[in-house]
Amino acid sequence: MSNLLAQIKDSATLMCTSIDDPTVYPSCFAGKGDMTYLQWMIHGWGWTLLVALVALVIALALGLVIGVMRTLPNKWAVLFGEAWTEVFRNVPVLVQLFIWANVLPELFPALKQVSYAALACIGLGLFTSARVAQQVKAGIGTIPKGQRYAGLAMGLTLAQTYRYVLLPVGLRVVLPTLTSESMNIIKNSSVAYAISVTELIWTAIQAGEQASAHSTMYFVASVFYVISALTINRLSVLIERRTRFAGAMGGK
Amino acid sequence: MALDLDFSFLTPDIVKHNLVPAFEYSLQLTVVAAVCGTALGTLIALMRLSSQAWLQRIATIYVDLLRSIPLVMVILWFFLLIPSSFYAFIGGSFGEAHRPELAAVITFTFFEAAYYSEIMRAGIQSVSRGQTFAGYAVGMTYAQCMRLIVLPQAFRNMLPVLLTQTIVLFQDTSLVYAIGAYDWLKGFQTVGQLYNRPSEMYLLAAVCYFVVSFSLSMLVRRLQAKIQIIR
Repeated sequence: MSNLLAQIKDSATLMCTSIDDPTVYPSCFAGKGDMTYLQWMIHGWGWTLLVALVALVIALALGLVIGVMRTLPNKWAVLFGEAWTEVFRNVPVLVQLFIWANVLPELFPALKQVSYAALACIGLGLFTSARVAQQVKAGIGTIPKGQRYAGLAMGLTLAQTYRYVLLPVGLRVVLPTLTSESMNIIKNSSVAYAISVTELIWTAIQAGEQASAHSTMYFVASVFYVISALTINRLSVLIERRTRFAGAMGGK
Repeated sequence: MALDLDFSFLTPDIVKHNLVPAFEYSLQLTVVAAVCGTALGTLIALMRLSSQAWLQRIATIYVDLLRSIPLVMVILWFFLLIPSSFYAFIGGSFGEAHRPELAAVITFTFFEAAYYSEIMRAGIQSVSRGQTFAGYAVGMTYAQCMRLIVLPQAFRNMLPVLLTQTIVLFQDTSLVYAIGAYDWLKGFQTVGQLYNRPSEMYLLAAVCYFVVSFSLSMLVRRLQAKIQIIR
């Protein structure tokens, strides 16, 4: 027992130690020009959240477009949407990121100027867009067909029907499921370590090597992931409550 | 467009020696993790639905914890924490030589159990309570009720979801990259490095994973349609 306590104390001390020399900072935060292990890990956490956030924006925008395309009365639009969804859903995200980092820059030399972090955002965004599209399609599918016909019969154009009739309801239905997608994207962003994006997993491995203390760094990284998940979980409960329809289960 | 693809180096011999065994490993990993993960997951689901508060709490913590940590992190944890003597214990000298591969099987079983348990929980809850009560009324014990009445129906109702999750699992096996296990993706990478043709091999990997996952999901879709008619 006292052994375990001593180990915990050692780990805590390590986190407050500079990554370059054995200086221990009592506040755990070094000033300018130096960095403690804790700061290094927080830096990695920041990258994780940044990559996830940018990817989420890409995924939502693209997923919305592709999801709507799959519900349009146009054969080609539907086919394109389905093909998009199947391709990005059936190839492992790690393979997709390797292709973004290693293959596409050969194909488009302009991509060689782009950082791996940006490529990871795009890759992760496209991967997730397929799943968002799936949910947007399902959300629009829950609306009775009559509403679409009513809109068109009133003389609204197709675009207006989507804008004023279908999307306001459909998106409200899918919003709660989209929050679980944002939790997935944080978890999936960990795969970006494989193309050397300096996110949380990458930092934990590097810091673990440097300090010969893998378990300490893994533990800190896991705690950061759990905190992220809990935060999103709270947010999703809040969003779910706010977007419930009157008359629907639990709605006012 | 500076990419000229050249697959001429890819002889049947390379496919046989590098890619097929790698594919077999990924498949084995998927099947073992799916079967053991479903079994463990069902147990966890029963714990979550039990009337014992402490069982519920343990199961909830297990599921919530594993579901909030990325798979890569979990793989790294298990590889770090499984003592090296364990590999020799369960696999002899074979186990010693295949540590990452064995660690991956153990990790995926425990990790996927958390996801399968959520599916099984929904499955068990989809069976109406009246059936359990009917079972008790004719004198069945809890275990008999579950084994003979509830679980068979839960499995059948959830089969498409369980299989869909297994396809996700198959894609996720590529993440054993983190500990260097020789899976399908690693096979492609190794050949790519060996013949200095990484682009070709990554694209081929994408196509191969796509073909397998897509055909499996088509099969699941068919099965789903069939099951819906029975119900």
